[in-house]
Amino acid sequence: MTTSVVERPAPAPDPSTTQRRSPASTTRRVTGVVVLGAVVALGIVLSLAVGAASVAWSTVVGALVDMDEELTDHLIVRELRLPRTVLGLLVGAALGAAGALMQGVTRNPLADPGLLGVNAGAAFAVVLAIWALDVDTVGSLVWFAFVGAGVASVVVYVLGSVGRGGATPVRLALAGAALAALLFALTRAVTLLDQATLDQFRFWAVGSLSGRDPAVARQIVAFVAVGLLLAMGVARQLNALALGEDAARSLGTRVNLTRLVSVLAITLLCGSAVAAAGPIGFVGLVVPHAMRVWFGPDQRWLIPASALAGAGLLLYCDTLGRVIARPGEVQVGIMTAAIGGPVFVLLVRRVRMAAL
Amino acid sequence: MTVVSDRTAVEGRPVATGGGTSPPAPLPLRGRVVRTRSWSFRVDPRAVTVCTVLAVSVVAVGLWSISVGDFPIPLVDVVATLLGNPTEESEFIVGTLRLPRMLVGIGVGAAFGMSGAIFQSLVRNPLGSPDIIGFTAGSALGAVTMIVVVDATAVGVSVGAVLGGLVTALAVYLLAWKRGVQAYRLVLVGIGIGFFVGAVIDYLITRAEINDVQRAAVWLTGSLNGRSWDEVRIVAVALAVLGPIAVLMQRQLDRLDLGDDTAAGLGVNVGRAKLVLVLTGVALAALGVAAAGPVAFVAFVSAPIARRLVNSPGACIVPAAFVGALVTVIADLAARRVLAPTELPVGIMTALIGAPYLLWLLTRQARTGAL
Repeated sequence: MTTSVVERPAPAPDPSTTQRRSPASTTRRVTGVVVLGAVVALGIVLSLAVGAASVAWSTVVGALVDMDEELTDHLIVRELRLPRTVLGLLVGAALGAAGALMQGVTRNPLADPGLLGVNAGAAFAVVLAIWALDVDTVGSLVWFAFVGAGVASVVVYVLGSVGRGGATPVRLALAGAALAALLFALTRAVTLLDQATLDQFRFWAVGSLSGRDPAVARQIVAFVAVGLLLAMGVARQLNALALGEDAARSLGTRVNLTRLVSVLAITLLCGSAVAAAGPIGFVGLVVPHAMRVWFGPDQRWLIPASALAGAGLLLYCDTLGRVIARPGEVQVGIMTAAIGGPVFVLLVRRVRMAAL
Repeated sequence: MTVVSDRTAVEGRPVATGGGTSPPAPLPLRGRVVRTRSWSFRVDPRAVTVCTVLAVSVVAVGLWSISVGDFPIPLVDVVATLLGNPTEESEFIVGTLRLPRMLVGIGVGAAFGMSGAIFQSLVRNPLGSPDIIGFTAGSALGAVTMIVVVDATAVGVSVGAVLGGLVTALAVYLLAWKRGVQAYRLVLVGIGIGFFVGAVIDYLITRAEINDVQRAAVWLTGSLNGRSWDEVRIVAVALAVLGPIAVLMQRQLDRLDLGDDTAAGLGVNVGRAKLVLVLTGVALAALGVAAAGPVAFVAFVSAPIARRLVNSPGACIVPAAFVGALVTVIADLAARRVLAPTELPVGIMTALIGAPYLLWLLTRQARTGAL
């Protein structure tokens, strides 16, 4: 019909339209990393000092340097806020790096573990494991989360790329939204079956760092580290892949191997983040875009910078969530969605979708 | 071939089950035309048949749904109760618990179905339904705000839902505007706004008192649990006022589908027609939300199913209403009985139906190059 609005996206993304930035010099990048490091350090201090009970800076230092078991403030810092801060750093770094990796490997500016349903897959697998197999330690749950995240990322990519033109941003985003809706419906159905886990799940489902056992961070740190290393390992190949599949091949990149390693890294990163803190969206969307402005499109810088900035963003969101609703707190997943939704809209407006 | 005659050919094409792929053949228009001095309309016998069958199915499933449950009531007693000869136990269970629940289900399904038909036709894309582009989430936010912040009554909640839906629709439309509104940008902006609105709802619910939380939890998935005659009244008024407007606007809607210029040439006041249609669609979805929460995907699946059944182009508002009612009633029956005695919210069931359909639609639109 002559009347229907037909959007026909170009088959191959053109990286030059999305990633054209002034070439970032090494000095600029090093400066960026230093500034980010300082921002994250400040975030750590704030996360330790700010909360339902305000603790003086000197007390924070005292608790870390010279722990006194008798003082409540020392206990708050050491037993509650330190583990929470470490967990925030790990989860944020994992999500930030995973976002950069997903945007690189799908060549899609709207890629994010939350949007593309990867977190929903991990969450469903976790809830299923709790319900059917009575698994309760994060160390075991993380394996189920890996399976869920891996399956979901492959399914979304396949569903989003069938038909003409391969995986366009619109299709991937919609496939992700549909899969996430389906999986969250199933997740809720399972939790309603078992009233006991419902209350616990309610806070886990929106993504939260509070009330986590200090052991949780220890249980996921190895997986996050391996995930980050794998991500760094494929960074150079992803740079080549940004030129298009054929160009990457002719440059000597093993395209399928690169994709496989990337999916593996995404699975490790998202799986551990979800198993530890629940599905937290939009960190992986917002952070890589912000980083690209300063660091340019080079994945070798983009991935570590996104990991650092993701850690910082999550800490600030978590701290802010503790402050704005005293004496209660707003879960960090709600905070990131409140920030990420508008950023997503801005990206949709700014980015020339058809040319992606 | 002009646009107008092309359209006539499509409307009159032979009945095919595949739908959409057969080449349009220039056949005479289907159906009878009823004429009086000042107006005329076409009655499509197939549409009438489809609507009748759907209505009978809704009643049948509804009666069945009333009769089954933890306290089963024989169908004979159900019918007797409805006809005014209740037995002692059936009066309470049917009259107070199950009948209002089923009526709310039917009404909400019809409202969502009509709203979906209007928006999918206006956006010219099946993805443009109010539950995907965030309008129902906005209505839910309005409703939750009224409950948590103002502690409002049922009427207040409805007003909040309508306002929330309108504000969200306006925001999505303005944010998607960039030298015109493209379907894909509207859909993606709507998804983003939906996430944001969802976060605000989550925030309000974690901040609320526990009694309000239980009342507000409906607005997380959409549920018919514990619906009373209050909610029946809301949807009844909504359908009585907005339904006729939607049906009357169908003709303008079909002309708008040909493009704004063609529609104007056919005598449609484009700006006014669009405004009335958007307001009607948002209000229908919002009142559905006010009564039962954002029941996912009912608006999204109803109109395409209706169009397939009737096998005609155009918005199919009335058949979509019947399909929406049937989908909701079936989903609620399943939600109540599949995992009995646990009652799932109906929104979970509709999401389990709707999400695979969305995925299928994506792969299909991708293959035909429409997305």
